[in-house]
Amino acid sequence: MLREMRAAVVTFPGINRERDMAIALTRSFGRAPRMIWHRDTDLSGLDLIVIPGGFSYGDYLRCGAMAAHSPVMDAVRAHTARGGYVLGVCNGFQILTEAGMLPGALLRNAGLRFLSSDCHLRVERTDTAFTSHYQRGDIFRAPMAHGDGNYFADDATLDRLEGEGLVAFRYAPPTGNRNGSARDIAGILSPNLRVLGLMPHPEDLVDPLLGGEDGKPLFDSLAATLAA
Amino acid sequence: MKAIVTVMLKPGVLDPQGRAIGQALAHLGFAGVGEVRAGKVIELDLAETDPGRARTQAEEMARQLLANTVIESFRVDVA
Repeated sequence: MLREMRAAVVTFPGINRERDMAIALTRSFGRAPRMIWHRDTDLSGLDLIVIPGGFSYGDYLRCGAMAAHSPVMDAVRAHTARGGYVLGVCNGFQILTEAGMLPGALLRNAGLRFLSSDCHLRVERTDTAFTSHYQRGDIFRAPMAHGDGNYFADDATLDRLEGEGLVAFRYAPPTGNRNGSARDIAGILSPNLRVLGLMPHPEDLVDPLLGGEDGKPLFDSLAATLAA
Repeated sequence: MKAIVTVMLKPGVLDPQGRAIGQALAHLGFAGVGEVRAGKVIELDLAETDPGRARTQAEEMARQLLANTVIESFRVDVA
């Protein structure tokens, strides 16, 4: 019998994509996630914690810098230390890097423009909880909407990420790398493969009514892994 | 005491904002402007009255929050 998996979406002041994320999780998981406010610190009994996109704290100081020091983030760290799964999308990815849970940083887009359009992502590995329902090398479409998505890390860190296979997604043709990210990196994994951060929004393409289901395999992968 | 924290992108980290400012300056007719880098200045009003301890405090604040040392360097001036 399949175990019921429990997901939660953490929101901070200024986060605005939590409902899209909840819809995507509900579609694949068959039950709605818990919605957690950033002052809550009880994350017990959860398999997956999702930090969605938006503009936490108005992007003051640096994108994600304030949220990274929110009370809930210590609980998120403890959750990962217990082997829990974490997904950070867009501002959520920025928050995870600012919190030091993923390496590198997201700089201002190289062209300075806020980019709001579809992009294409290549799946770099499929033996993870986030990507098992894709095929290796698959290129899928995902909306993106960010001003600071230019992934940066020093060369040693980039070499390590690539050497250890921790690059989950890269920007791919036809749209390619439009924000200037180092080595076309769009999403990275933690060494234990249980924390994923990515800039584009797979949760916004999970329904044919919205133009496609390209992002659904990511949530189906999580549902399958967590139910096992 | 007042501590002034200046945060700049590290050398080698692309600064598109600085580059855009440089292009605008050239457009305005200012010749001879080389590389332009843009950063931020944060002024802190501290209760601490000892300059050395004020500096140590401000440096700790910069390391933990004011700067992201993956991409930025900082300087503290105490006055």
